[in-house]
Amino acid sequence: MAARIHGGAGAGAATALSTFNPKKLVAPSRTNLPAARSSKRCIVAGGGSDASKSLSVRHSQKLIASAAVATKAETSATTGTGHELLLFEALQEGLEEEMDRDPHVCVMGEDVGHYGGSYKVTKGLADKFGDLRVLDTPICENAFTGMGIGAAMTGLRPVIEGMNMGFLLLAFNQISNNCGMLHYTSGGQFTIPVVIRGPGGVGRQLGAEHSQRLESYFQSIPGIQMVACSTPYNAKGLMKAAIRSENPVILFEHVLLYNLKEKIPDEEYICNLEEAEMVRPGEHITILTYSRMRYHVMQAAKTLVNKGYDPEVIDIRSLKPFDLYTIGNSVKKTHRVLIVEECMRTGGIGASLTAAINENFHDYLDAPVMCLSSQDVPTPYAGTLEEWTVVQPAQIVTAVEQLCQ
Amino acid sequence: MALSRLSLRSNRFLRPSTTAAALPSSIRRHVSTDTTPITIETAVPFESHLCDAPSRSVETSSAEILSFFRDMARMRRMEIAADSLYKSKLIRGFCHLYDGQEALAVGMEAAITRKDAIITSYRDHCTFLGRGGELVDAFSELMGRKRGCSNGKGGSMHFYKKDACFYGGHGIVGAQIPLGCGLAFAQKYSKEEFVTFTLYGDGAANQGQLFEALNIAALWDLPAILVCENNHYGMGTATWRSAKSPAYFKRGDYVPGLKVDGMDALAVKQACKFAKEHALKNGPIVLEMDTYRYHGHSMSDPGSTYRTRDEVSGVRQVRDPIERVRKLLLSHDIATEKELKDMEKEVRKEVDDAVAQAKESPVPEPSELFTNMYVKDCGVESFGADRKELKVTLT
Repeated sequence: MAARIHGGAGAGAATALSTFNPKKLVAPSRTNLPAARSSKRCIVAGGGSDASKSLSVRHSQKLIASAAVATKAETSATTGTGHELLLFEALQEGLEEEMDRDPHVCVMGEDVGHYGGSYKVTKGLADKFGDLRVLDTPICENAFTGMGIGAAMTGLRPVIEGMNMGFLLLAFNQISNNCGMLHYTSGGQFTIPVVIRGPGGVGRQLGAEHSQRLESYFQSIPGIQMVACSTPYNAKGLMKAAIRSENPVILFEHVLLYNLKEKIPDEEYICNLEEAEMVRPGEHITILTYSRMRYHVMQAAKTLVNKGYDPEVIDIRSLKPFDLYTIGNSVKKTHRVLIVEECMRTGGIGASLTAAINENFHDYLDAPVMCLSSQDVPTPYAGTLEEWTVVQPAQIVTAVEQLCQ
Repeated sequence: MALSRLSLRSNRFLRPSTTAAALPSSIRRHVSTDTTPITIETAVPFESHLCDAPSRSVETSSAEILSFFRDMARMRRMEIAADSLYKSKLIRGFCHLYDGQEALAVGMEAAITRKDAIITSYRDHCTFLGRGGELVDAFSELMGRKRGCSNGKGGSMHFYKKDACFYGGHGIVGAQIPLGCGLAFAQKYSKEEFVTFTLYGDGAANQGQLFEALNIAALWDLPAILVCENNHYGMGTATWRSAKSPAYFKRGDYVPGLKVDGMDALAVKQACKFAKEHALKNGPIVLEMDTYRYHGHSMSDPGSTYRTRDEVSGVRQVRDPIERVRKLLLSHDIATEKELKDMEKEVRKEVDDAVAQAKESPVPEPSELFTNMYVKDCGVESFGADRKELKVTLT
């Protein structure tokens, strides 16, 4: 099968995205996040005063990633046959294809083998490839991340899974000093082709320690690349590209996106690691986002379109390095930028992106860059409070209206 | 005490005395190539944990013992040269010297091949040399020159030699231990019969990641040999003040261990040979090398605030690894005093030449700042303070 490298254009907004069923909201158990259709769509009236009321009433819908705005879906999936699957299955497909292709690829992490992966990304792989290639590690992030990096120094290509991104904080020394820096400090002698992946982000009332966004902590480590997937299509493509890359790549997945359904091509494809994805072209304002916030943005975009705005939505995908080419072209067109992210306000990806845009495209901006991010608080357990820590579509609509005045 | 034991033993093997001057040169043995096996007993017995200690009789040869002497003399001279270079501010930053511990590096090399991997901490100059590194590459790296083994970008704590399976050279205490187990994992994965020696110190022996990695290595039967270079001080803290149980070879608990006299190159060789066989059959093993460093922890540490000068000079008199080998060579009549002194002079010249050469070699170009960040497929751009002055694509 010939591999095709897809640029980001138009690939993401497939129409057949399924949503979570609010009625089936159960206490989050790792292996069965519900995935079903929701018929209710929430149109949020603009402005903040009745937002809280509507939020508390339609609490469950607000947490849901709803269907994206119907746009030109020019994926090959719609032209060819393609097959429909969920995001975690797309990740698994990508991983399996790469493991078939290259015997140096192995997976290590907690419960990735016999258990099948806490989010089922590695389901079935242990049976197919054996214990030496799909390794169940004990609970010692520092050690098994270090081991993966040591193995990579000799030429293996481990995919290291953090059961939750937050646990990788325990391996920070290995990721920062060894993973990121060994290529440089050895004068180019060693390459570290690891992929470090795992789910992060605010889930459904998982508590402060299990709702972390680690992009902000890792972003200044020199020598690594960071990507965030958001659809089954780019999940599989980025997984494959990350495994094939000679650089260490951190692939950020999101706990709430694993059950998104989409049709992806049958043929082999990979996505460019450094490229952003144009979700919805527009004229009035550039909205930059990634991961789960893409869906909140698209939801807000529906409202905005009804109000007569034409937002351009770009899923930046590549968190390090930023795809300033795509972003720059967009800024030059629209002259207004809104960044919507799930990272913390202080020192997050949005903060860096704001700085980068201001530095590079200051002359093209008609308004200051606005950044909507999560609040600088530990994520509370209570559902209503948790909602308020994360950016909601209503706030996005308000921000766009403000910027476009 | 060790000294008297050595002379006692060597007396048994003492040949009828003939001085070199009496022998005509035509029938002198060519010692440096003589590989007829000699068996020598180690002075100190091995202590073992969960395994049977190897025999104290080490098989070696004149050529090998002579090579020990030469290699250790070279390492010792290199470290002393580094000391004076540091004091004349040609080496900056941190400089951790290995003099006193040379027997470990040479003994280990004698037992293994260049396909077996070694990974160590920041006290890596002599290990680099043992793996076949050039003196001039070492000095260039220490002085931050382009010729250095890491292109001048690593420094004292980051020596690497990929073609000799030497994986460094790591600054964070203990962080190399999981890496070492990863190397062993890769060896097991590729099904080649090689092992990894992961070196760490008595200070790092209290790190959690050691026990994490040991658990995985034992669980997965990895060919990993964890070598604790116990020089009795973790910077300024003696082992009795930092470890509840300073029997580091026993701390593997379910993993077998061996305690070795690390100042005796032959004992080190025997232990490493034993460990390699063990690791290939039975999985990980811990070696504790009882050794000593004459310098302080690094050049910023005088080394005298936490130990007495008498202690240091005492060890130097009684346990010095080079002196031991010298006595062995003399008592077995493998070489004469004069030959050994000549050898030392040659080594000194070698080192001086390397230093001079390294001093002349150029510093890296400014553009080198941005090379080797990513393997070429990324295209990240980076700017300096003035974008017009400095704008570069990281490669």
